[in-house]
Amino acid sequence: MLPRRVELASILCAPVPDRRARQKSKYTLDRGIPGAFEGETVTRRRFMVVGANTAGAIAAASFTLPALGLGLGPIFKGKPARWETVGTVDQFNKFNYVPVVLTLEPNIGEAGKTTVYVRKFNPAIDTDRYDRGAKFVAISDRCAHLGCPVRWVDAAERFICPCHGGVYDLLGRPVGGPPVRPLDRFYTRVIGDQVQLGPRFSVDKELRRFSPRDPGEPLDGVGQYLYPSRPGAQKL
Amino acid sequence: MPRAPKIPAPPLPGPLKEPPPRPGEANGAGLDEHLKEAGINVVDWVDERTSLSGAARWLMFRKVPKGTNWFYTLGSATLFAFLSQAVTGVFLAMYYRPDASGGAYESIRYVTNDVFLGQFVRGMHKWGSSVMVVLVFLHMGRVFFFGAYKYPRELNWVIGVVLLILTMVMSFTGYLLPFDQRAYWATIVGVNINGTGPLLGPYLSDFLRGGSEFGATTLSRFYAIHMLLIPGLLIALIGAHLYLVTKLGTTAPPWEKAKKAAELREAEV
Repeated sequence: MLPRRVELASILCAPVPDRRARQKSKYTLDRGIPGAFEGETVTRRRFMVVGANTAGAIAAASFTLPALGLGLGPIFKGKPARWETVGTVDQFNKFNYVPVVLTLEPNIGEAGKTTVYVRKFNPAIDTDRYDRGAKFVAISDRCAHLGCPVRWVDAAERFICPCHGGVYDLLGRPVGGPPVRPLDRFYTRVIGDQVQLGPRFSVDKELRRFSPRDPGEPLDGVGQYLYPSRPGAQKL
Repeated sequence: MPRAPKIPAPPLPGPLKEPPPRPGEANGAGLDEHLKEAGINVVDWVDERTSLSGAARWLMFRKVPKGTNWFYTLGSATLFAFLSQAVTGVFLAMYYRPDASGGAYESIRYVTNDVFLGQFVRGMHKWGSSVMVVLVFLHMGRVFFFGAYKYPRELNWVIGVVLLILTMVMSFTGYLLPFDQRAYWATIVGVNINGTGPLLGPYLSDFLRGGSEFGATTLSRFYAIHMLLIPGLLIALIGAHLYLVTKLGTTAPPWEKAKKAAELREAEV
């Protein structure tokens, strides 16, 4: 067996003729290609192959890219702010929440509606430094864990989520269960004696405002960078 | 191309031989003879133009290792569960209306209560989806515990895992379509679970919803993913999966390999 292996090794280690050394010239004439002419660097065959493949790629891209854009477009599109009247000023008080129904998506019936808990701004409770100047506090019922609808339980003075047991205090800050940040809020304004609710915004644990994030996305520490703002999010 | 000469049939024993034609009958070929020949002629005609019989032989008449048992049928069972989902799904799509403002729920109610066999076919689709998921996992377990994922079948394992994920996507997108309370809230939670993936999660959940909130096109988006996008991928990958099974063959169960190894050891000693 041994001599044969030596023989094999000598074959494998023999210098291989370098293809690039042989085809050094960029001119087809010098490379000895049949039908070459003076000054030609790309053969007609090669030109046709590249041309046909390019034409095919352009044709495929011309329907694939617009179709992909149709599917991915909504990710990048912002929505104009909607303001909806939810009641008059004297319907609400400073100490307890009144549930109102807000339409997030028109024309799809119940699926496009949500419940919002509204009360008047109360300087004795709302002591955080970010809410100064607001006349109303509107807290979304969308749980910050995975989006189930939370309910304000008067006796416990807590928002409680039926799905996975998230519990929030009067200001919507999580005090138990899996939620990663406080409940979202809505911008409010008063026109005459009408209370209007506008776009949603999210808050971190110090109630600092952020553009709306989906449930389950923490905003404290590195969270705000791991879960970036939507490309189409508008600043108010 | 000249036609290949036909190999003469081997001689039949005397009692099986056709009697010679009686005088007056034309060549012994009655109508029944012609009808018998017709089927063979059609198959021959197609085969001469496609050479499909070779592919069919390659696909069907394969050598199977010793020890092959009932566990080896789990893959075919999964395939038939998928075919059942495909057929029932196509006909359910004739009645379904992806309308979030009440039409979707109403169309499902109509299929279930008013259409002939509607409840049965919808039930097949609904329960069949669970059957398929269970069978996929059993099939995966069979492949794992029999060591059938090892060289040279690693690529088939990878394709199988992609098929498993696509089956899960089918389950997820199909769950929304009845558009009742359970479907709606399960989808809200499911989409938000997708959103918790760092960096890409928010984009994924916006893609699934078609926007930042559950909107007018979310249902039709799920419907299109459920009945066009994923089934196309599933069919293509099942084709690749079956091609590799046919090309590489199946493995013997591990105990057969152990037996063989023991015999070898004895022979060597």
